[in-house]
Amino acid sequence: MDFNLTSLSFLNESKFNSIDTSKVYDIVIIGGGPAGLTAAVYAMRKGASVALIAKHAGGQVAETSGIENYMGYRYINGLELVDKFKDQVLHFTIDYDEGGEVEAIEDEGIKKVLLKDGRIIKSKSLIIASGKRWRKLGVKGEDEFIGKGVAYCSICDAPFFAGKKVVVVGGGNSGVEAAIDLAKVAKEVIVIQNLDKLTADKILIDKLNSFTNVNFLYKTVVREIIGDSFVKTILIENTELLQKSEIDVDGIFIEIGLVPNSDFVRGVVELNSNGEIIVDCSCSTSARGIFAAGDVTSVPFKQIIIAAGEGAKAALSAWEYLLNEE
Amino acid sequence: MALFEEKIQQQLKEILKSMKEEVTIVNFTQEIECPMCRETRLFVEEIGSLSEKLKVKVYNFVTDKEIAMRYKIDKIPAIALLDKDEKDYGIRFYGLPGGYEINSFLGAILELSGKREPIPDELMKRIKSIDRDIHIQVFVSLGCPHCPAAVSTAHRLAMENEHITADMIDANNFVPLSQKYNVTGVPKIVFNDKFELIGAHPLNTFLDVIDRLKDYGINID
Repeated sequence: MDFNLTSLSFLNESKFNSIDTSKVYDIVIIGGGPAGLTAAVYAMRKGASVALIAKHAGGQVAETSGIENYMGYRYINGLELVDKFKDQVLHFTIDYDEGGEVEAIEDEGIKKVLLKDGRIIKSKSLIIASGKRWRKLGVKGEDEFIGKGVAYCSICDAPFFAGKKVVVVGGGNSGVEAAIDLAKVAKEVIVIQNLDKLTADKILIDKLNSFTNVNFLYKTVVREIIGDSFVKTILIENTELLQKSEIDVDGIFIEIGLVPNSDFVRGVVELNSNGEIIVDCSCSTSARGIFAAGDVTSVPFKQIIIAAGEGAKAALSAWEYLLNEE
Repeated sequence: MALFEEKIQQQLKEILKSMKEEVTIVNFTQEIECPMCRETRLFVEEIGSLSEKLKVKVYNFVTDKEIAMRYKIDKIPAIALLDKDEKDYGIRFYGLPGGYEINSFLGAILELSGKREPIPDELMKRIKSIDRDIHIQVFVSLGCPHCPAAVSTAHRLAMENEHITADMIDANNFVPLSQKYNVTGVPKIVFNDKFELIGAHPLNTFLDVIDRLKDYGINID
């Protein structure tokens, strides 16, 4: 029996002060993943007054089972790494809010962060490190059958498909990882990939190929998810032959990557065609005094170690900006 | 005594130090122990040995039937948590709260011991105004990182209002029950068998669902 203890959520929490809406902070950080937490450490070390707003501490890392490419750790559990990040932030007294969600930001020289619960936080500069969330397929039936055969989290929901026939949509790392989780329990797994090959890391593809109950459909997309009280059938299309067909399935896991959480900054800073915040090599956005870091930005490659490095850079840039403003 | 590794034991001890008052852990098992019953009993015994403020009572589901009925325990392994006066708030864990669920278990112990984060006044008013019996069942899998939040919210509601009871249910330990509720995604939160939520939701969404139950005039069976 494993115990995935998030020990720090129980300890020392008192060092976190609640956010003061009457004050103007030097730096407000939006996001509690590797980028946001690293930015907090760098900003606090400079002596800036800092507030951090996190919807989920740890972000995607908290939902990752094992990490094997964060330097210093040959292997570490996702929550454990988040705990260590948080511990390092806790070394300082920081104004911190977990659970709060940002509705919008306004830039009138002084930046205003509007939370969904009505609070408004003021700051001289901002670091946006709001990360990404699961991408949806956007087909008919998807929303209707969430939790009724449509799933996104394989480590959560794979056990419920023991002995069943399931489809995994996506041939990247998250898709292949989900297919591996499912192949261990399901009767049959069908991986549907829009390209003509998988794009996951070789080490993962090799592992998936060691199962005998996995089949692949390439150059294929899902057009519709059909069922009554439960998913029963999916309508797929081969994009080369333009042939549509139906397959009967018990479940469908959608693992087609991520979309940036940038809706609340639309119109304030420039975004690229993927919705990512465009940053230069100093993490500056198109708006003065607003910086961004991690998966929400246009920086190529979304990795924990890259996000953490970008968070550090954003904090140092924000500090330099504050010095020059005074 | 091998369920917890040394490192985890130390962490648990450290966490349990912040308990304010005593908490009683009541465990139901049976003579020929059911799947996971033995592990669950060892779990409560082991965790109970890590703090002087924890009392553990183990009952036999079959021979201690009256006690099981008093706590409305209908399946095992089961754990009920009671406060310092052994008052029952309807906080239940069905199945061993291992994996990520250790966090909701510790959270419930600390909160029941009196270490509670304040709830904003407006939400608290809504919680206190609930005057119908509400039974919340939260189906989880132990490998689900965002399930403990749903369990903790349900248990907190049970602590704050005596009309509310809340169960954590390990869906993979109670397969027929999970099938009855068509659980294929977790957390799945079932309110009085009538409404359900899938996924992690904030406290006010729980309260919105409970409000809708009121409109339907649904009561617990």
